[in-house]
Amino acid sequence: MVLFTLAFFSHAVEVAFSVKNDEAKTKFDFTRTDRFGRIGSAMMVLAVNFLFAGVIFRGISAHRVPWGNMYEFSITGALAFSGAYLFALAKYKIRWLGLPVAIAVLLTLGTAITILYRPSAPLVPALKSTWLAIHVSAAIISGGVFLLANCIAATYLILDRYETNSLPRPNWAKKLPSLEVLDQLSYRLVAFVFPLWTFAVIAGAIWAESAWGRYWGWDPKETWAFITWVAYAAYLHARVTIGWRGRKAAWLCLFAGSTFLFNYIYVNIWGTGRHTYSGL
Amino acid sequence: MSMNELRGRSLFRWAWRQLTSMRTALMLLLLLGIASIPGSLFPQRSQNPMKVAAYFAKNPTLATWLDRIKIFDVYSSPWFSAIYLLLFISLIGCVLPRTIEHVKALGAKPPLTPKFLDRMEFPSTLEVDKELALDNAEQWLRSKHFRVRREAGSISAEKGYSRESGNLLFHLSLILILVGVGIGSLFGMKGEAIVSVGDRFINTPTSYDSLGFGKFQSENSLTSFSLIVTDFKAKYDLKTNAPSDYKLSVLAANPIGSKEIARTIKVNSPLTYGNTKIYLQANGYSPMVTIRDKSGKIAFQGATVFLPQDGNLTSTGAIKLPDMNPQMGFVATFIPTYDRNSKRGAFSTYPEVLDPRLLFSAWVGNLGLDSGQPQSVYRLNTTKMSRIALMQLQLHETYNFGEGSITFEGWKPWVNLQIVSDPGKFYSLYGAILAILGLLLSLFTRQRRIWVKVGEKVEIAGLAKNGTPGLEEELAALKKRLEGEK
Repeated sequence: MVLFTLAFFSHAVEVAFSVKNDEAKTKFDFTRTDRFGRIGSAMMVLAVNFLFAGVIFRGISAHRVPWGNMYEFSITGALAFSGAYLFALAKYKIRWLGLPVAIAVLLTLGTAITILYRPSAPLVPALKSTWLAIHVSAAIISGGVFLLANCIAATYLILDRYETNSLPRPNWAKKLPSLEVLDQLSYRLVAFVFPLWTFAVIAGAIWAESAWGRYWGWDPKETWAFITWVAYAAYLHARVTIGWRGRKAAWLCLFAGSTFLFNYIYVNIWGTGRHTYSGL
Repeated sequence: MSMNELRGRSLFRWAWRQLTSMRTALMLLLLLGIASIPGSLFPQRSQNPMKVAAYFAKNPTLATWLDRIKIFDVYSSPWFSAIYLLLFISLIGCVLPRTIEHVKALGAKPPLTPKFLDRMEFPSTLEVDKELALDNAEQWLRSKHFRVRREAGSISAEKGYSRESGNLLFHLSLILILVGVGIGSLFGMKGEAIVSVGDRFINTPTSYDSLGFGKFQSENSLTSFSLIVTDFKAKYDLKTNAPSDYKLSVLAANPIGSKEIARTIKVNSPLTYGNTKIYLQANGYSPMVTIRDKSGKIAFQGATVFLPQDGNLTSTGAIKLPDMNPQMGFVATFIPTYDRNSKRGAFSTYPEVLDPRLLFSAWVGNLGLDSGQPQSVYRLNTTKMSRIALMQLQLHETYNFGEGSITFEGWKPWVNLQIVSDPGKFYSLYGAILAILGLLLSLFTRQRRIWVKVGEKVEIAGLAKNGTPGLEEELAALKKRLEGEK
């Protein structure tokens, strides 16, 4: 219980930091000084570390890996998403993305704490397997990176509209890299994480074989994981073999990402299959 | 050859080319994704036949129409099969020729240096010794594991063939996965059986409640084994009532008649005999009753399997006595831990048996068993019956309803065993592992060509497949090397 309170406290701190981060970003964009941006990034790093600690504490308080219900999926997903952002930040000049990333993380954590929150409890028998750690972590990390690729594709589409209308970029986007770089970045994120997603699906199949007696049963979750896989496979083909770039590719990327979100939100909460572990 | 024959052939060739084009394969892939959506939105017979029945009851006309287009059996429907079979053929037609081409390319030299290097990526001219330039370039390229083709006055080099190797490996592995799925569905079997604690299960077709075989599999091919269910323990979390552990103990003989060995089956660890696995899928309670007729003679004694209705294992079922005169039946609810309130009536507050009750209504009349229509063993058809009693019993209590009496003697846990044989799954597993390896190889290998040409000046240029980054730096390094040797 004490450990759990600590975990909750870390989330609260994380949220506070994210808010500060938001403010810092806004100021940065309007005053166009670098300082606030740097503070924002530093806070983001700190916040991600706190969130990481929060997830670990949740695991300790529940005596298991912290991936047993939707509250836990969401906080870990937020961690994967913001972690992916920080990794990308180390390589690309995408600090401007800090604002939307921070907002998205805040919303996710907010929903997690208010609506999805459940006290830590032991796992149901079907979840007691080493595959839980393997399958769920692979799926959550893939999800985080897919969503980041989505954010970038969306930004691409917004800025592309400015460019086609030969308007100057809005203030918040002044320091963004060129459209080509954004396009490349979202592709590379997807190409990087697609094998991991494939692995997550296969690990799930292996686990399903030992828990449910079949490796593939067209359970709604499996079906939608397959649809997401197909959509991203189509995206990669469209880019690599047909040579789609820019707007068309970005739309396809957004579509593929939305199938992932649909799977996470709709199937978890209203779905009827055997993946009903949301705890709601 | 007649004209018609020729026309027929070219039509076939045209159709084959269309089917095996990359574009068609992609369209089919997307189509397969879209076609699988309705199966996740409508209940499926293969997963939850009860929900399908409920859907039929709610929207009878719509359901009949949806059923005609196989909306409740999407994944075994002709249209779904058509899409994946076409995709399968398209994939083979697309990948096999490419594999042959690639194997040839692996043995061949890189293509000749193009005439105009300035049309390639990052062309530049160098002021260096022409004699030495090619030697130096060749040495540098070979040290970087490029394939080098040296001609008089030019070098053509290529690296990253494993990109295509990985790509082909990935697609060939997908075919292997599908082959595994096919083998599983043609040569596999799947069945379910409810077994009460203390009972024996012998693996023969008659022991099953439901059993299905692949097309090329028959009843004689069942693995020979028998089980005696000696114990079943379920643990529940006291706060949430959610199950935390199930443990099934059996005495297993494989083959039938051999020495029995004590084994344990848990949710994530089935009992395995070769390709056949025995899974613990569900559990519930069978209340035990003794029913006597008017004269006090025992008409029925034993346990009847009841189906759980909620997480706290409130279970319902029916006891049918076709041999009594007149016929009798009981519709009953077994409550493991009893509670009652005005809103819900009687209900269970905990899944373990702490304070059991048996609630029942007794019916006399015609059970309708010889009407020819199949009947659920868990339900009573009361259309030709009339109710003579409605009662609630504690453990060991007896109730006399005039036509006879019923005694609530106790209960037995039962388990639902799922027995599956899938000889194709290992092909699918190996296919999946190879697919990931192929994917990694193809996504993380950069394929590019570099040319060096000695004419009036020394020219270098390159070409990276799909514009992958890094070529510019590589060319710069080569340039440095060539200029360093000035």
